Amino acid sequence: MTADNPVISCKNVWKIFGPDPESFIKSMPEGMSFDEIRAAGYIAGVKDVSIDVHKGEMLVIMGLSGSGKSTLVRCFSRLHDITGGTITVEGQDIMSLSEKDLIELRRSKMGMVFQSFGLLPHRTVLENIAFPLEMRGQDKHTRRERALEVIKLVGLEGREDYFPRELSGGQQQRVGIARSLAIEPDIWFLDEPFSALDPLIRKEMQDEFLRLQQLLNKTIVFITHDFDEALRLADRIAIMKDGAVEQCDTPDQIVLHPATEYVRKFTEDIDKARVVHAGVLAQAQAVGEGEPQDSRATVHDMARMLVNDSREFIPVQKNGTVIGAMPRKDALDILLGDNA
Amino acid sequence: MTAATTTLPSSPRSFSNAQIALAFVAVAVVLTILQYIGLLPAWMHRLPEAIIPNFASVLDTVFNFVKDDLGLLALTRFLTEGLEWLLDFSANIFFGKRRFPNIGPIPWTAMAAVASVIGYYLGGWRLALLGGGTMVWTALIGQWEIAMQTMSVLAIAAPLAFVIGLSLGIAAWKYAWVDKAIKPILSVLQTLPFFTYLLPAVIFFKVGPTAGAVATTIYAIPPMILMTTLGLKKVSPEVVEAGKMSGCTKAQMLRHVYIPSARTEILVGVNQVIMLSLAMVVLTAFIGMPGLGAKLLAMMGSFKLGRSFEIGITIVLLAVMLDRMSKAWVIKQPEHFERGTPLWKKHSMLLLGLGLFIGFTLLSLVVPFLAEVGRGQDFSQGKELDNLIKAFLNIEWVKATTGFLRAFLNVQVLIPFRNFMLSIPTPAFILLVAAFAFALAGRREAIYALVFFSLVALSGWWDRAIITLYSVISAVSLAALIGLPIGILASRSKKWSERVLLVCDTAQTFPSFVYLIPAIMLFGITDVAVIFSILVFAMVPLTRYTIEGLRNVPEEMTEAADMSGAKRFQKLWSVQLPIALPTMAVGFNQAIMFAFFMVIIAAFIGTQDLGQELQRTLAGTDLGKNFVLGICVSLMALTFDLTIMKWAADKKRMLGLQ
Repeated sequence: MTADNPVISCKNVWKIFGPDPESFIKSMPEGMSFDEIRAAGYIAGVKDVSIDVHKGEMLVIMGLSGSGKSTLVRCFSRLHDITGGTITVEGQDIMSLSEKDLIELRRSKMGMVFQSFGLLPHRTVLENIAFPLEMRGQDKHTRRERALEVIKLVGLEGREDYFPRELSGGQQQRVGIARSLAIEPDIWFLDEPFSALDPLIRKEMQDEFLRLQQLLNKTIVFITHDFDEALRLADRIAIMKDGAVEQCDTPDQIVLHPATEYVRKFTEDIDKARVVHAGVLAQAQAVGEGEPQDSRATVHDMARMLVNDSREFIPVQKNGTVIGAMPRKDALDILLGDNA
Repeated sequence: MTAATTTLPSSPRSFSNAQIALAFVAVAVVLTILQYIGLLPAWMHRLPEAIIPNFASVLDTVFNFVKDDLGLLALTRFLTEGLEWLLDFSANIFFGKRRFPNIGPIPWTAMAAVASVIGYYLGGWRLALLGGGTMVWTALIGQWEIAMQTMSVLAIAAPLAFVIGLSLGIAAWKYAWVDKAIKPILSVLQTLPFFTYLLPAVIFFKVGPTAGAVATTIYAIPPMILMTTLGLKKVSPEVVEAGKMSGCTKAQMLRHVYIPSARTEILVGVNQVIMLSLAMVVLTAFIGMPGLGAKLLAMMGSFKLGRSFEIGITIVLLAVMLDRMSKAWVIKQPEHFERGTPLWKKHSMLLLGLGLFIGFTLLSLVVPFLAEVGRGQDFSQGKELDNLIKAFLNIEWVKATTGFLRAFLNVQVLIPFRNFMLSIPTPAFILLVAAFAFALAGRREAIYALVFFSLVALSGWWDRAIITLYSVISAVSLAALIGLPIGILASRSKKWSERVLLVCDTAQTFPSFVYLIPAIMLFGITDVAVIFSILVFAMVPLTRYTIEGLRNVPEEMTEAADMSGAKRFQKLWSVQLPIALPTMAVGFNQAIMFAFFMVIIAAFIGTQDLGQELQRTLAGTDLGKNFVLGICVSLMALTFDLTIMKWAADKKRMLGLQ
C-alpha cells in the first residue's frame, strides 16, 4: 500500500489566521499553545502538522468542528496559502507554483467534493459535471461524452438535464462526486461529503464510495467528524484537535493503542471487535496449529470460533501464506471488552 | 472604537450620552427663552449676512474651471453625441421620430402582443393580462406617443445604469479602495434632491432627452452597485472553492461562478434600476423632457384634473407592469426539458412572440387603427372626469371635510408649528438636533449633526432649510399617526398583513410624481396639499416596516408571552413592539428620506423652502447655487439617516437580532 514517494507530503505546516500572520509566526516563541496564540489575537488553523499521503491510500482526517481538518485539506490544494512549513504534491512545492501552474495542477490532478455540494445552481447536472472540462477548454462533444461516462459511474442516468434544486441531497452529492471525477484526478479530496445527508442515505453513499474507490484506486484525503465513518473507510486516520494532529495511524492501532487521552475518549464507546483485524493481532514469531484465519477478518467475524475453540494460538494467513499466529486470549479480551 | 465609547460612561468623571443631550437641550431652551423675551442679540438668532461665505460663487468658479479650463464640457458634449444617436435610435423605434433607422414606430398592437407574451412567459396569465392591458389602455386613452417618448428614454437609460452599476459593483467588491471611495459618495447621492441631478445634466448634456437620460442613469446607478456587491459577497464559499478546484482562471471565476450565482441579487438590482429610472424619467419633465411627465406637469399646471388622473393611471400601470415583470424574472428559475423535446417547443414562447409581432405589424399596414390611435379616435374621458371630480369635491360633506382639514391643519397646527420652528435661534436649533443625535446614537453622530447643520446655517439658506424641515417633520409625524396604527392592526392577522403589504409594495412602485395628483385634487394649491402628498408617500414605508417588524417577532416569544398570561395589549406593548422597534426605525428612517425627496417635488405646488429655490435654479445656469441648495437638503437628510440607522443597528445588536 505504501509507495516510496508520498503523493502529498507536508512538513511542519502552519496556517495562522489573523491581522498579520506572517510576522506573527516569525516572532512567535517556540511551543506556544493554541490558547496562547488565541490570546495573542490569532487563530492557529493548522498547527505544526507533518503528514504524508501515499499513492493509492485513503487517509481520513477526523476531528470535531473547528479542529482544523477542513483548513488542512484546503492547504493541500492551496485554496489556503500556508503561513509556514512546506507542502509538496508529487515532489513539487505547491507554494512556489505560479497562478498558472496552480490552475494547471488543479485542472489535471485534483478533484474535490464539498459538504454542501458546491453545485452551480444555474447549470444542469450535465453542465455542472462538465464544468471542470469546460474550464480547461475541452470541446463540447468530448466533454459531454466524458460527463455522460461519470454520470453513469455514479448512477445518475436520466437526470442529465435536471437542475440541482430538482434533486435530493444524495443525488446532489452524486453530482458533486461526478464533477470531481470528471477530469480523472489522481488526488481526490472529500470534505465531509456525507455529513449533510440523512443517516440512511449516508450509509448507502459510503458503500457507493467504497465501490468507486475499489474501481478507481485514487489517492484520497477524506474528511469527517464521524469516527465510525472514519473507521469504516480509512487506511489510516489522522485525528486532529486545535489545529494539531493528535495521532495518525491505522484504525486498529488507534483503537488498540490511543496515543493521547483525547483519542482514547473517542475510542471508548467503539466496538473494538469490529475494528481490529486478525492480521494486527498476529505475532510473527508465534506458531499456531489447526486451520488458519484470514488476516482481514475482524475479531467480530471470528467471534463464534474464538469462543468455541480451545487453541491457545491461532495461525493467521495473508494471501495464502501464514504470517504468524494470534493469541486467542488477546482476541477474546477485545471481544469481551476486557482490557485489563 | 465603538466599544471604547460605549464603555466610557461607566467611568465616574464622564457623563452619559443622555446627560450630555439633556445639557444641550437645556442650553437650547435658555437661548430660545432669551429670544422670546427679547434679550438675545440678533446675531445669535440668525447668522448675520456679513459672515456668510459665498459658497455659491466659489463653487461656480470651481465648476467653470472644471467645465471650461479642464475641458469637461468638451468631453460631455462629445459623449452627448453618442448618447443622442442612441436616443434617436430608440425614439425612432418607439414613436417614429424621423431618424436612423427610420423603421418605427412599432404598431401599438404589436407592442401589446409582445408585452403579453413576455408577461405570460415570466408569470402566467395574470402578468400577460397586465402587460397587454397596460399597452392597450395607453393606446386607447390616447397617450401612446407620450408614453413611448418616456419609454424610449427609459430603454436607453436603464440598461446604461445597469452596465455602469454592475461594473462599479464588481470593482467595489474586488478592490477595497474602490469600495471605500464609493461608499460615502453613494450615501450622499441617495440623499441628494433630484433637482441637483437635473441642472448639471442640462449644463453638461444639453436640454431635452440627453440630459434627461443622463440624470436618470446617474440616479438609478447606486442601488445597482449595492445589490451587485451584496450578491457577489453572498456567493457561498463552497461554490467559490468548487470553481477554483475546477481550475477556473480569475476571468472564468467571475463569468461562470460569481455572476451566475449572484443572479438573484443582480436581478433585484435590475428591478430597482428600472423603477428608479421610471420615477426619474417622469421627473425630468422639469428640464423639458417630453413624455408622460411633461404632459402631467402641463395638465396639473392648468388644473385639468381629469386628464392628469388618466396620465397618472398610465404611469402607475406602466410602473406596476415593469415592477411585476422584473420581479417575476427574479424568481423565474430555469426549467429543464425532457430529452427529445423538439426545438420549436423549447423556444415556443420566443416563436409565439415573434409570430404575433410580425402578424400585428402586417395587419396594421392594412388597418391603420391597429398601428396608431389617431386624434379623436381615443377614448379619453378627460372632460367628463374633470366634471366628475369637481362634482365630487363639491358634494357638501366632502367639501366640508376638506375645507375643515385645510383650515384646521393650516391655522391650528401647521402654521403655528412652522412659526415656532422659525423662532428658535439658529444655535439653539443646531444644539437640539445634536442632542437628538447624541441621545439616540452617540458622540460621533452628534458631531456629524453639529457639523452638518452648522454648514446649513453657513450656507445662508437657514430659514428655507427650516421650512423644508418643518414640512418633513409635520408630514412624517402625521404619517406615523396614521401609518403605525394601520400597521399594528394589519399585523394581527396573516391575511391582512399580506393584503396591506401588497398595497404598500404596489404604492412604492408608483413614481413619486403621481402622489401630487390626489393632493392637488383634494386640497388645491396649499400648504396642506404639500403636507398631504408627503404624508401619503411617507406612510408607505412606515406601515410596511411596522408590519414586517411585528410579524417577524419570533414565535416562541409571543408564545412565551401568551403562556405568561399577557393580554393582547400587554403582549403588544411589552413583547412585540420592543422587538420590532429596530425594524420600525428603519421604516421611520425611510419615511424621512422619502419625505425629503417629496418635499422637493412639492415645490411644484408652491412652497417657500429649498425646493422652490432649487426649482428656480433650473431655469438658469446657476450651478453653484443649485449645488449649495442640494447639499443643504442632503446634509439634513444624512444627519437623520446616520443617527436613526446607528440607533437601529445598536438596538438590534443589543437584542441579539443580528
